[in-house]
Order: sequence, then structure tokens, then C-alpha cells
Amino acid sequence: MNQLLKPNTFKSGPDSAGRFGGFGGRYVAETLMPLILEVEAAYAKAKADPSFDAEWRRLLKDYVGRPSPLWYAERVTEHCRAQAEPGKGAKVYFKRDELNHTGAHKINAVLGQILLAKRMGKKRIIAETGAGQHGVATATACALFNLPCTVFMGATDVERQQPNVFRMKLLGAEVVAVTSGAATLKDAMNEALRHWVANVEDTYYCIGTVAGPHPYPMMVRDFQSVIGEETRVQMQEAEGRLPDLLVAAIGGGSNAMGLFYPFLDDPSVQMHGVEAGGHGIETVTGHAASLTGGRPGVLHGNRTYLLQDEFGQILEGHSISAGLDYPGVGPEHSWLHELGRVQYVNATDKEALDAFQLCSRLEGIIPALEPAHALAHVLKVAPTLPAETLIVMNMCGRGDKDIFTVAGHLGVKL
Amino acid sequence: MSRIAAKFAALKAEGRGALIPFLEAYDPDPATSMAILRGMPGAGADLIEIGVPFTDPMADGPIIQLAGQRGLKAGATLAGTLAMVRDFRAEDDATPVILMGYLNPILSYGADRFVTDAAASGVDGLIVVDMPPEEAEVLAPAAQAAGMDIIRLVAPTTDDARLPLVLNASSGFVYYVAITGITGTRSADPEALRAAIPRIRAHTDLPIAIGFGVRTPEQAGFAAKVADGAVVASALIDTLAKSLDEQGRARPDSVRKVLDQVRALAAAVRG
Repeated sequence: MNQLLKPNTFKSGPDSAGRFGGFGGRYVAETLMPLILEVEAAYAKAKADPSFDAEWRRLLKDYVGRPSPLWYAERVTEHCRAQAEPGKGAKVYFKRDELNHTGAHKINAVLGQILLAKRMGKKRIIAETGAGQHGVATATACALFNLPCTVFMGATDVERQQPNVFRMKLLGAEVVAVTSGAATLKDAMNEALRHWVANVEDTYYCIGTVAGPHPYPMMVRDFQSVIGEETRVQMQEAEGRLPDLLVAAIGGGSNAMGLFYPFLDDPSVQMHGVEAGGHGIETVTGHAASLTGGRPGVLHGNRTYLLQDEFGQILEGHSISAGLDYPGVGPEHSWLHELGRVQYVNATDKEALDAFQLCSRLEGIIPALEPAHALAHVLKVAPTLPAETLIVMNMCGRGDKDIFTVAGHLGVKL
Repeated sequence: MSRIAAKFAALKAEGRGALIPFLEAYDPDPATSMAILRGMPGAGADLIEIGVPFTDPMADGPIIQLAGQRGLKAGATLAGTLAMVRDFRAEDDATPVILMGYLNPILSYGADRFVTDAAASGVDGLIVVDMPPEEAEVLAPAAQAAGMDIIRLVAPTTDDARLPLVLNASSGFVYYVAITGITGTRSADPEALRAAIPRIRAHTDLPIAIGFGVRTPEQAGFAAKVADGAVVASALIDTLAKSLDEQGRARPDSVRKVLDQVRALAAAVRG
């Protein structure tokens, strides 16, 4: 019964064992365990050191270009109101993390982690990437700090994200095409973990999302929380109050966690995490909605909701977005899902594709396919809400990398 | 006394270490892997380790990854693996059997139900790769209550401060991971092993077996001498994989080739 009681604060997790309620933890092979504990201790020390935070914030301001603007999406708002009953149609804002250097929110947590790796005396960096955004961000930071960088990427994703592969190579990173499994993000993460086991002495693993063994889900969340912290201040300036609804896309869930976390204890603020519905969550392997279409299990070092078959074998997720087709999700999301603090919904490939085009034409912003899922949901709910409702949607990435995918789906040959 | 303890006691009396060969359940099909399992004691296996196929074996190299994929393709499940052990037990009541795998299929089966069924099937020990002592509560107490040993991995990275935590949670024997790396990718360094095993011995009375990076009869003989046992996995899987036809099916001599290799390893361990 006790587990149904809601905590006094939703911001207290994780506990000392790295758990958010029953989720999270450190499910790794013994070879990695001492290293995970080393990362945890190093991060605790860095977090307590004001000079670490100051250096990270300096990089965010002068290298990344933060704070990212909060944009009132007037034409999207008008579009929603045109379909709404009188007095309805929420006001839609975009938190413009696509304006960050490298084109997505990923750089926020990468810079924090690279600073940590340097403190730990690590000589090289490895990372996994799906769509390539995290790989590009990691390769960028490694160039800046003169650290050798190896990025593991599923061979399928290497194929469908050529621009980002080229970018990573330009930045001096080695891109390893992973051919095991279905050769997507899940397999890239397996391979990065395997590589880390074999190179524990000098290597730091820079994880791209709020998943993996503790302390990564907490650490990546802390770094990404800059998104929500800025949003609080900017919304106060723009409207003199907090937003009513936050909307963000969920693959592993780092951009959503970053937007949501600073608002978790504000009861007036609702939150919707939008998973990739792919061909529809009623299809068996045609989606990547771990929370709405999966169940709890253990993968990649944490206990969380997973796409899996009845025997506990992990299923491949599908999404039009290579950044969302991960079969798991960050453990803090699993916890917030079970507590009911955040509502998890989904948008299909087609809905995302439609929102992608709509956003381009209405706002002059070509979104990445990831936030296009969030926007698809906004387009569904905004017309049903009162006109004074304030929505903030995280525009977590820009769509340059996706134009080939989208063109393909629209039957255009580039 | 458990089968594992009894076996190590008997080997000690004999004055030699154990050979612990590995097979992946259902690789490349249930009948072939069952035939290999049945043939192993006669070929000189002292204990047997059975891999439970999983889609995402994060500590395994390409050879065992592929074995797991072949097993899954052939319909491997945890229940099917337990059935193999049950069939084996009908003929062999002495050779200890250890399951090695990952946590998610066990959780999916239901941890308590798994422990009951595994013990009833004649499983003697469990190695769960992604279950460090910190996360063992979900399985270890129930397994030990059912008389099954939780065999822990100790790695070169496991420092002296951490060793007691890992060893106190272990029973049966200790599995020393000879390399920092994944299975089947490099060979164990004899000098490093000569230094590592006494370090672990100082903390435990349990037998120590060496795995990861043990491929040849010479390496197995050395490992069984410097410690109390040698685990050979990828080298055997490699032999099986190379014996398959173009469609990945076993040939008439597949089982014999693997068992011949077990015999050669056993001869070396017996010195």
C-alpha cells in the first residue's frame, strides 16, 4: 500500500542506491562496477565545487549560446485556435534548444560530462548515438578539449543519418558502425558498454540520455535541467506566471527530464511526455513507446520500462526518428509514470511528419523529427484547452539532419 | 553438501583443478546443444556452464553474441533451458550445472518462480552477469534458500576495498574474470593471474575458477593450476560455429568436434 503514497517531493530521487522508487539502479557487470562508483564519487565532488559549475555555465553561455530563447509560436497558436471552439486554443511557446550549438539539447550534458572526464584524468571519450545528435555534440566537445573520441552508431543509423556521420568525422571523431542486432541505438549502446569494459583504465563513457546505470540518469538530468530553469525565468518575464503544461518528446527522455525537473514540485504545472508511436502502439514491434506499450525490466544498467517479449527478450523499437527508437526510457520517467506525475502519450510517424511540415511553414522553424512528435501532441491538445492556458514545448533539436528522411517519406529525391 | 562443493572437495582430494566447459542453450538447435551437454561429463567436464540466450549480452564478445542469436532463433527460452537441465539430470546426478545469463529473462519469468523451477530442475548455481552484489536482493536470498549458489564475478578492476563485498555475497565458487574486456577477445596474462589469484585467496576460502581469455589446453591447464578451475567458453563455441553448414545447421560431426576439444582441455587440466 505504501508504494501508492506520493512522496512529499518529486525532486528527491534518486536514493543512494541510484533508485527512483523501484527504477534505476546499477545493473552492470562487475568489471564496470568499480568504474561506475568512481564516476559517481567524481560527480558528487564536482557538483559540490562552485568552480565546476562556473566553468560549465561559461561554456553554455559563450560556446553553446545559452540561454536559448523562449519563443511565442503565434502562428501555431492561431492555427490551433482556428480549429477550437470560441475561448479555447492554448497559447503555445517553444523553448528553442534547437538554437544551441550543434543543433540540439545534447550539448548541455555533454559539456558537463567532458568537464567531469577531464577532472577524472580520463584520456579518451566514447559515446553511443542514434540519430547522431549526441554523437555530434560529443565529437564537438572532444574537439574543443582535444580529447580522442570514438562514437558507436548502429550501421542502420549510419546509413540513414549520413550528414551527422560526416559531421562527426569532420570534428575528428572515429565513428564505429555497429552491425550486431538490428544495428540501431540499442546495439550501439551494447557495443559502447562492451568497449568500455575493455578500456576502463583511460576511457570515459559519455551517455547521451537519462538512462544507463546510476549516476548517469541523475547526472544527465542535472545538466539538462538548465532547460527548465531558464524556462521558469523566461515564462515569468513573458507572462508573469508559470506555464500550465509542458510538452516534450521522449526517446531515452533527456530533453523532457531537463524541461520537467525544475517544475516537478509545482502542482499547477502539468507535463506530457510524448513517445514515438511509430505505426501505432497497437502494433507489436512497430513503435518505440516503452512507457505506454512496454513493461518494467532490466537493460543497459538500469531497471525501467522496456519493449520486450513475453520471455524478457528485448524488442527492437520503430520510429521514423532515429533518435526515438530506443526500446527503453530513463528510469526517472518510469517512476514519474507510475506515480502519475507526468502523463505519457504518443504520436505516430505520420502525425510527426505532418507536424514537421506544419511547423516549417507556420513558424519558419524546421524541427527535428523528435520535437515534431511533441508538436504533434501539442496540435492535438492545444485546441481543447482554454485560451489562457500556457503551453511550453521543448524544441529540442533542429531538422537539418532529418531532411533526407522526410524527403524520402514525401517521395522527393534530393 | 551441494553438488558444487562436493565436486571441488573431490577434485581437491584428487589434487587437481576443475575443467568447466560452456555451451549456449539451443545453439544451433535444441538437439545439438543437448547432445553436447550429455557428452561433456564423459569428455572430461567437471562442472558445466550453460549460457541462457539473451538479445543484449553486454559482457559478451561476438562469438557468444552470435551463439545467443542462434539459440534464440532456434526457440531458446529460460523454460527450455531448464528443461535441458532436467533431462540431463535424469542421467547424471553428479556433475554440477551452472546457468550463466542476464537478469531480464529471469525477471520476466518471475524471480521466485524461476528459483523454484531451477532448483527443481537440478541447477546448482547461477551467474547473473548484470547483477552486482548491490542489486542482488531480487534473486540471491531466494536462490540461496533453495540451495543454489550465487557465483560472483570478480574482475581485475575489483579492488581490495570492494573484494569483501563481492566475496561475502558469493557461494559455490568465485569466477575470476581474467581480462578487463568481453568474452573471447584476448588471452589471459599468466603473470597477472599469478598475482591476482593470491590476492583473492586472502579474502575467501571458496574455490576460484578463471574464465574469459582461457582458450587453449595450455591456458586451461595453467588456470586450473594457479586457481581451482578453468572456464572455457568462446573457444568451444567457436569450434561449434565453424562446424556448421552454410545455413547455420549442425553437421554430423559438430558434436564430436566440440567434445574432442573438451577432451583435449580435460587432458591438459589433468596434467
